[in-house]
Amino acid sequence: MKSQKFWAWLVFILGGAYFIVPLAATFEFSLRMRRGEYSFDAYASVFADPYFASSFTYSVIVGLFTIVVGILVVVPAVYFVRLRMPWLRPFMEFVTLLPLVIPALVLVYGYIRLYGSSSLIPFTGSVLGTDILLTCAYVTLALPYMYRAVDNGMRTIDIGTLTEAAQIAGANQLQIIGQIILPNILIAILSGAFLTFAIVIGEFTIASLLNRPAFGPYLVGIGTNRAYEPAALAIISFIITWGAMGMINVLGRFAPRTSARTD
Amino acid sequence: MTDTAAKPHRRIPWDSLAVLPFVIFAVMFLFLPTLSLMGAAFTDRTGNFTFENIAGLFTDQILAAYWISIRISGASAILGALIGLALTLAIIRGKLPQGLRSAVMTFSGVASNFAGVPLAFAFIATLGRLGLVTIILKTVFGFDMYRSGFNLFSFWGLTLTYLYFQIPLMVLTIAPAIDGLKKEWNEAAQTLGANTSQFWRYIGFPILWPSVLGTLSLLFANAFGAIATAWALTGSNLNIVTVLLYNQIRGDALQNPGLGAALALGMIVITSLANVIYLIVAARAERWMK
Repeated sequence: MKSQKFWAWLVFILGGAYFIVPLAATFEFSLRMRRGEYSFDAYASVFADPYFASSFTYSVIVGLFTIVVGILVVVPAVYFVRLRMPWLRPFMEFVTLLPLVIPALVLVYGYIRLYGSSSLIPFTGSVLGTDILLTCAYVTLALPYMYRAVDNGMRTIDIGTLTEAAQIAGANQLQIIGQIILPNILIAILSGAFLTFAIVIGEFTIASLLNRPAFGPYLVGIGTNRAYEPAALAIISFIITWGAMGMINVLGRFAPRTSARTD
Repeated sequence: MTDTAAKPHRRIPWDSLAVLPFVIFAVMFLFLPTLSLMGAAFTDRTGNFTFENIAGLFTDQILAAYWISIRISGASAILGALIGLALTLAIIRGKLPQGLRSAVMTFSGVASNFAGVPLAFAFIATLGRLGLVTIILKTVFGFDMYRSGFNLFSFWGLTLTYLYFQIPLMVLTIAPAIDGLKKEWNEAAQTLGANTSQFWRYIGFPILWPSVLGTLSLLFANAFGAIATAWALTGSNLNIVTVLLYNQIRGDALQNPGLGAALALGMIVITSLANVIYLIVAARAERWMK
């Protein structure tokens, strides 16, 4: 049993080193911009760059729209499929698995071919259209995670009983979803939202192929032109990802743990 | 669910309406784009059916691109799965302090999402020519990694970088399966006189292997479709299939749109195969995880 504990510690320390060293090295590198001493010059340079602010803001806005559209697409569907159309469940499971099977690069290739400026629905014909297409592409990317978060949330509450109670009290369908179901699965939805945000904020492939000034393409541009700023941006990105995932952990503490008996 | 059938018929349009956005979304942004690519892969420039594009995949350049992608995805998936499994076993069954477990799980959640461009930057700052580890090895230990054949912008460099999100993904997906190994099985085996290695040899791994194999295919597909990390790390240095397709979409690098569609179709076929294995194996694994 002693040796088992020894091996466990060894594996843990080696694994920990692999994950900590790149972060430490990146942080150290990001401080080396000024010759001969450590400084936060690289960070100052990043924050002073107007393209940093504009691309980051752009990605945040697209991210927020992605979350809203994702909720509108997923929540009603999961609710009604769980409540009245369980035969559709395998279909939903299949659809929400697809974005993990079909690479994002392939999907965006399909979008560009299908929704080009001379097509029936010319998304890429205008700036606004391209922004909408980018948002929809991100909703698709985040679909597996949003679906699972919402589905888990609905599993822990008894939506059948809640719906019947609300109907008896005279609520209509819109009120039931908006005022009864949504608040009850809010924590699950927020988890899905933060995960969506973490995925969208630095996404490169789709934004770059749709030629939108998002944070991901900006990062690549900095990577080819600058020496120390990329390291600073890597640290900033890591902190953003940590923040989003940390929020999910914090929210998880408030989530109901008991599962509804009917499930 | 007997009362569902008894409900009046007029309810159905309402319900379908709520599911409609989801269905429209799936059709517009998943089914149609994929089908259109499939169609384009079998269409020549004049719009006639052809196998030319598929046949066109079998050139040295394209096969080499597929092959190096498969090798990198395979290597990073297998190594990621093995190391991830070892790490998960260490934190769950290795009698380490309880706090470490939640720390590792939280970190895994972050690291599995810390992919793409920033990850490439981090590894350049660590193992690039001027990276901290490269310099320390050179100045302190007198070992020049780049002289002895290491290059971050190569097969092993990219594999090592991919492991940064592959290992955490393995930890996150395999942890429930390892939690599912019931204490009673351990006790029963001990009562019957089995030692630790016999327990793992005859009970632990036979139960775990479907989950491990399943996650392996998930990791494979995950690495196979990735491009941002490779692009930021190597530019066009390393001709993996995603980079080839990216250049094709950007500027018709293959000078044949049909061939580009065939290239994309080939990628879907490979990731689908990996995921079909996953689905079959996951169904097997679930029988034990009740």
